[in-house]
Amino acid sequence: MLHFARWKIALIIVVVLGGIFTTLPNFFPASTVQSWPDFMPKRQIVLGLDLQGGAYLLYEVDKEDYKEKQFRQLVGSIRRALRENQRIGYTGLSIQGDGVQVRIRDSARFDEAEQRLAKLLNPLNSGVFGSATVNEFALEPQGNGLFRMAFSEEGLEMRLASVVKQSIEVIRRRVDELGTTEPSIQRQGTDRILVEAPGESDPQRLKDVIGATAQLTFHLVSQEMSASQALQGRPPNGTIVVKGSDGQPYLLDENPLLTGEELQDASVAFDQQTNEPVVNFRFNTAGARIFADTTRANVGRPFAIVLDDEVITAPVIRQPITGGSGQISGSFTVDGANDLAVLLRAGALPARLDVVEERSVGPGLGQDSINSGKIASIVAAAAVVIFMLAAYGQFGIIANLALASNVFLIFGVLTTLQATLTLPGIAGVVLTIGMAVDANVLIYERIREEARAGRSAIGSIDAGFSRALGTILDANITTLIVAVILFFIGSGPVKGFAVTLMVGIFTTVFSAFTISRFLISIWVKLKRPSKLPI
Amino acid sequence: MKLLRLVPERTNFRFMHWRVLSFPLSGITAILAIVLFLSIGLNYGIDFKGGTLIELQSRSGPADLSEIRRSLGGLNLGDVQVQEFGSPTEVLIRIETQGDGEGAQQDVVESVRSTFADGYEFRRTEVVGPRVSGELAYAGTLAVGSALLVIMFYIWFRFEWQFAVGAIITTFNDILLTVGLFAVLQLDFTLSSIAAVLTIIGYSLNDTVVVYDRIRENLRRYKRLSMEELLDKSINETLSRTTMTSATTLIALFALYFLGGEVIQSFVLAMIFGIVIGTYSSIFLASPLLMLMKLRTSVFTRKDDEKSHVKSV
Repeated sequence: MLHFARWKIALIIVVVLGGIFTTLPNFFPASTVQSWPDFMPKRQIVLGLDLQGGAYLLYEVDKEDYKEKQFRQLVGSIRRALRENQRIGYTGLSIQGDGVQVRIRDSARFDEAEQRLAKLLNPLNSGVFGSATVNEFALEPQGNGLFRMAFSEEGLEMRLASVVKQSIEVIRRRVDELGTTEPSIQRQGTDRILVEAPGESDPQRLKDVIGATAQLTFHLVSQEMSASQALQGRPPNGTIVVKGSDGQPYLLDENPLLTGEELQDASVAFDQQTNEPVVNFRFNTAGARIFADTTRANVGRPFAIVLDDEVITAPVIRQPITGGSGQISGSFTVDGANDLAVLLRAGALPARLDVVEERSVGPGLGQDSINSGKIASIVAAAAVVIFMLAAYGQFGIIANLALASNVFLIFGVLTTLQATLTLPGIAGVVLTIGMAVDANVLIYERIREEARAGRSAIGSIDAGFSRALGTILDANITTLIVAVILFFIGSGPVKGFAVTLMVGIFTTVFSAFTISRFLISIWVKLKRPSKLPI
Repeated sequence: MKLLRLVPERTNFRFMHWRVLSFPLSGITAILAIVLFLSIGLNYGIDFKGGTLIELQSRSGPADLSEIRRSLGGLNLGDVQVQEFGSPTEVLIRIETQGDGEGAQQDVVESVRSTFADGYEFRRTEVVGPRVSGELAYAGTLAVGSALLVIMFYIWFRFEWQFAVGAIITTFNDILLTVGLFAVLQLDFTLSSIAAVLTIIGYSLNDTVVVYDRIRENLRRYKRLSMEELLDKSINETLSRTTMTSATTLIALFALYFLGGEVIQSFVLAMIFGIVIGTYSSIFLASPLLMLMKLRTSVFTRKDDEKSHVKSV
């Protein structure tokens, strides 16, 4: 047990030096490390959001909202399908529960109506199974002329998948333009999106920018009656009442003239007269033509710019706007105007997103946690070192050297893997410091026993090592099982704890099997002991 | 130099005799823990209950708790708890889940933010919606359950079934007592508490496995000893190691408890408690349980030859 081949000695030294080498950059500020020559390691440990501050936001697609939007469109398509040449009489076309219903009046034309509705099922290409297509909607004849259309299960699933994908792109564009941080944006599960923004100090603004649907529409203001009249009774067919940002209601044509999809660009400018920030926008060619035609036909009428179900501004059309560009003014702050321009450039979210989990930590708390974590680790390590010295004397020195290399290895591995260090992760390191010496304790206690049983000094060391190793393995594998389970089930900080625990177990077993044994073999060679010091 | 020893070099405690005490004691404490869990219950944190947690730090002078309570009362948020957190300038606010869906939680954050933004810095904001909290509770239960199961199979595979059952009962007892501690002290039971419980499982097993390892070794070596003598001998032989390791681990954890900051204090407290319990149970529970299950000195004689080839070190 005490003999080491040369290559093994070399390997142990290389590993320990590697640990020290890769840990090194963590002792210096990032700016210093960057100026080091190329052969030096430059990676520093990645701090979790709880240590460096930042925001963790978990969004979920609002399924009900999405379905309702789709159903509203479906109602429109059904209306058009039944009205088009050779109109089929119908009644009660509306959203009912989890679907859209319509009743056909003329019993002779049920089949024809069913054929027309069947064209609206909207086959989606599933892609996964190649030729197999999935219909977005399912048509359910209820008998007696009543038809019901609802999402098919696969259809909704595929739609949600593409909603998530689109949303991620939109969010990425928005956040990139904001330019404050570099967040990671990932899909989670079927209908969730995880945004992690390390270092973000203003999570509220981030949430505002990500969470806004940014559905921009242009409507003509209806002149059939005033909005307050419409509120008292029922708005006429084809119109809706929308609240303005000033609190005033507006009666608008339900069908928008144009939507944000026709926008080509948007930017912040300042009004020359009032010096207030405004947002300039430009339509694409198709949009510009529609805009020119509409404004030409409606000079003198007001039109409304609606963002996420709120009228931002409703100016009167003074003259035809043919250039395809316009301006939104509405008592913005500079930040507000800037954010709106970003939202318009990045496009609308296909569905509303809800924050289902948020964890944000300010930079102050993060720094405090790092500081107290550092102090606690140093004190813990120092106390353990003193304790081991008191308990095992010279062998305690060896245990402490093994402990030191162990700690370097842990940080070296964490740095190299770019694993995230969290506050519970620091607790994991401290716990590992406490338990790492367990391996040495097991070995030393075993050596003591063997010596009591009458073996020679070297004989007891040899036997102590070989007998203790099996126990060390068994004991660490049980802890490893726990750590692996924690890693797969935990999230965020808890995952960080699992990572340090796992890494700690491997380095502990390694240092017990090799470093401690190697150091003791050197000690034996130097001292040639006849009596054990413990 | 005189070396520090926590227990004398040779001990000869009759641990097995004490099982007439330790079994009822463990039974009573376990039942007590269950009763506490069912009556007082755990103080579930927002991870499992849903809701909002906000940590504020006053920009100047100590925080005025009653003023904060009054302002929050005006916002009409249902059950709200306000407490000092670590120092007089820091305040922790807990707000229960709001009724109307996932979006309502965000409105809370916004209104609290606008109310206190002038006088306070927002150090931490955590919001867990009702759906996510249900999932986290499920994941936590799953984690503890699967950890127990996998470890049981591992020990069964490495030892005999009696050891596996003994280890699981011991570990289960440790978990019960830790949960009891959370109930008595009304500590926040969060995701990190689950991590603490799992760590305790790992540690307690670590201890138990070391003792079991020695029992297995002695079973092979001393075929003539009575079971009771053999178990006592094994525990006494490992006693020095058990106490030393518990001591070093506790030293490290106490440093973390006092210096590691307010955020992880209850996490560390649970681990300290668990390690004390784990040490006790690996001595007074894990091994005596083997007697209860009629482990015989002869279990290894049959397999001894084949196994010794595999495991001769």
